[in-house]
Amino acid sequence: MSAPTPLAPHEIAERALASAGDGAAALVSVSSEADLRWANSMLTTNGERTSTTLTVLATAAVEGGTSLGQASGPVRSATDIEALVARARVTASNGTAAADAEPPISGGAAASDWREPAPMTSGDEFASLAPQLGEAFARGRADGVEHFGYAEHEIATTLLATSAGLRLRHVQPTARLELTAKSHSRTRSAWAGRAGRTMAGFSIPPLDDELRQGLTWQARSVDVPPGRHDTILSPSAVADMLVYLLWSSSARDAAEGRTVFSKPGGGTRVGDTLTAARLSLTSDPRDPELPSSPFVTSTWSSSMSSAFDLGLPLQPTSWITDGLLTSLVSTRHSAADLGVAATPMIDGLRLTHADGRGSLDDLVRRTERGLLVTCLWYIREVDPRTLLLTGLTRDGVYLVEGGEVVGSVGNYRFNVSPVDMLAQVRDASETAPTLPREWGDYFTRAAAPAALIEGFNLSTRSDAL
Amino acid sequence: MFGIDDDFIALPLRTLTDAALARAAQLGAEHADLRVMRTRQLVGSTRDGRVENSGSDEALAMAVRVVHDGSWGFAASDVLTAEEAVRLADRAVALARVSRPMATTPVVLAPEQVCGSVDSPARWVSDYDVDPWLLSDAERAAPLIAWSERLLALGADHVDASSQAVRENSYYADLGGTATLQQRLRIEPSLTAVMVDSTTGDFDSMATTAPPTARGWEYMTGTGWDWSAEIEQMPAWLREKLAAPSIEAGRYDLVIDPTNLWLTIHESVGHATELDRALGYEANYAGTSFATPDKLGTLQYGSPHMSVTGDRSTPHGLATVGWDVEGVPAQSWDIIRDGVLVGYQLDRAMAGASGVRSNGCSFADSGLHVPIQRMPNVSLAADERGGTTADLIAGVDNGLYVVGDKSWSIDMQRYNFQFTGQRFFRIKSGAIVGQVRDVAYQSNTIDFWNSLAARGGPSTYLLGGAFNCGKGQPGQVASVSHGAPSCLFTDVNILNTNEEAGR
Repeated sequence: MSAPTPLAPHEIAERALASAGDGAAALVSVSSEADLRWANSMLTTNGERTSTTLTVLATAAVEGGTSLGQASGPVRSATDIEALVARARVTASNGTAAADAEPPISGGAAASDWREPAPMTSGDEFASLAPQLGEAFARGRADGVEHFGYAEHEIATTLLATSAGLRLRHVQPTARLELTAKSHSRTRSAWAGRAGRTMAGFSIPPLDDELRQGLTWQARSVDVPPGRHDTILSPSAVADMLVYLLWSSSARDAAEGRTVFSKPGGGTRVGDTLTAARLSLTSDPRDPELPSSPFVTSTWSSSMSSAFDLGLPLQPTSWITDGLLTSLVSTRHSAADLGVAATPMIDGLRLTHADGRGSLDDLVRRTERGLLVTCLWYIREVDPRTLLLTGLTRDGVYLVEGGEVVGSVGNYRFNVSPVDMLAQVRDASETAPTLPREWGDYFTRAAAPAALIEGFNLSTRSDAL
Repeated sequence: MFGIDDDFIALPLRTLTDAALARAAQLGAEHADLRVMRTRQLVGSTRDGRVENSGSDEALAMAVRVVHDGSWGFAASDVLTAEEAVRLADRAVALARVSRPMATTPVVLAPEQVCGSVDSPARWVSDYDVDPWLLSDAERAAPLIAWSERLLALGADHVDASSQAVRENSYYADLGGTATLQQRLRIEPSLTAVMVDSTTGDFDSMATTAPPTARGWEYMTGTGWDWSAEIEQMPAWLREKLAAPSIEAGRYDLVIDPTNLWLTIHESVGHATELDRALGYEANYAGTSFATPDKLGTLQYGSPHMSVTGDRSTPHGLATVGWDVEGVPAQSWDIIRDGVLVGYQLDRAMAGASGVRSNGCSFADSGLHVPIQRMPNVSLAADERGGTTADLIAGVDNGLYVVGDKSWSIDMQRYNFQFTGQRFFRIKSGAIVGQVRDVAYQSNTIDFWNSLAARGGPSTYLLGGAFNCGKGQPGQVASVSHGAPSCLFTDVNILNTNEEAGR
């Protein structure tokens, strides 16, 4: 691949800062992506993409405080940098005092890799995967199984420079693999997914076996009417529910009385016991299995983030500790208002059950009766007061009796709050990395156990196959 | 009437075209196209009337797509030079060659008329009066602050407001000789008031029902939406909602306002009649469709009151264009006629496989993304002799009047859906008796549309829509509009969301 731009990323950042004034930040994002997509057992689309984006944050002293201006765009030349800086400065000087203004994050020596070029990926990343896929397609053509799926590799390089001396760089590789298999005139459907850092870490044959196990289980249909059923959620399904819980954990919104984590009469529910189960929800940028950016990269302010926190170091954070709500997502500003330490969003989560044992298969073996859900889909918030979510089961729901899968029960629409769900956990496996299927476009760094949920509300039947 | 931005036309479009298409032809491609796309956005947000964000962003990239020996190849970059255009043509052909062994059916594009020429591209600009880019940041923040301050003065505890303006420039040229230049503007205002009962801890929200639209800044100041009338009522509606009784779950007749029904059309008709889904191309992601091609012309999708069109030509429609990203001119066609499925959404490859002309539904959200089949404006026709929303309500004995969209979810084959709304008014004996709370309506697409008993007239018709329709892997975001009249549906399943949550 040729370089995406004639200017090196660190030069773009330095040039932007040189003319951006005091209290400014420059964030350079270099993205290199390659993907493969297939359907009906043939390759449908493929692509390689590179892009470089500069985001300039400028500040200005205005009546009552500090205002902020944001400008973001591609960089083809030094002229583009000047134009973005000018736009951000005009916006800042034109603006009013920001509610979340805080002093800029300062720093010392530049990161040792500051001047290194951004690493690139390409279609070559799929060199070992493509032939394995071809073999799976051939096997499927021979025995009536159609394959559908997607593989994507991205390397996102982020450089952050501030006028307060910060020079930070983070390289984030993300690999994602999803496979769907259908058989018997598409009346049976199974799914498997993986997340990681390289495509070379994935192997198709065990995933294809997983899919075929599901298709075989679907040979026998069992009628289980909608209702509240004891249900084993796969790690992917558990992670999807918990990702939404984390996204709904704004400390500021809770303190304002407008979320499930608000305390009636004022304040937040931090300190409340959410579940008697020994569940802990944590995020750690240095998690050896889920490493993510160790500093804040959000250039936007919201109830969950502050552009003034750009570059703030991220620490291991425990959101829920042994069933107790211990932290909500906060910025320096919202944390100061609440009198707590700032705990910003981190791009990864891990749910663990202190008493979790064995694998998903082990959990199935020790379950006397329940349903087993492969993954969830189309999750949306129904009511913020309870954090009630709705969504669908997808690509395999099975009846477990006496520790064994005895048949397939079709799909359901669920109506369940992830907060309530934590209190209904009756058993769990050990925690392992998983791909949250519903939120995989935005959130791939998750580890969760499979969990047996008592009385999971499978509200209505879905005829989808 | 504005023209296409000079600084987009000033890009080396002709040089890139000559370089990419000549190279692709030299390498033996049977089809090649070059696309350059620039998207600019202005985004502002306020919280309780104070500016939270004020920013702008831009994306600019080009793509070369080829059909070579019956296989697709695609490569894209944000470096706009002739050398890079040649490199992308090389990469696209190389990827097509790599893909050949895994492609069982050769790609054949439906023939299309030539529009414009590389020397004089055909031009199209969407209709708008006030260019948001000619206003200052302070001028753009002003309506958000004014709306918020008014809602706070009327008793809201919190107000979130934002605006997003998008300006999309695109250039397309192909080996067949077509060349087009387009410019589209669209805008999405958001405004939500929140009230909190500090003693009980109860809270709720009320959002504007103003849809996003392909207009300029004039939309923020009263053209196409009566902001002051709605804002004056929002706190009272919200106060009534907080005090409203919880709905008794069961079956009710529903009068659904177009501010809510547009989203139900989007999910249960728009996505279900995408041919790529019906064929399985989205099976791993967005899903498939129950409306498979073997049912074309026979499936009783809805009652005889149901007639739905697809179009890329409705004024201010978010999917309205001059040409799609394959050079196909904007068209309008029937999808459902008198309740029967009669049409699909097509791109040139799927049309070519069926031996018909494309109806222009190829779309890409950026120069970096490969075109896929996406939704046009999909709209339900009003009853030319129909009455008002009040007339529909007057005919209901035991029902609900549903206004504004909120929560939505539908299954991967587009059968089971569940929606909530901004306001649910209880109807008893033909009259509204006040709001109820904790309501969701849930149904199956075919059951629901076959329960359509009556439609309002043209006076009830509204073009709703969304900025955030997602599809494809890698994910692409599209904007699309849906027109609808107020409609009456009978005997629909109503859930109580508190009971669903086990309360």
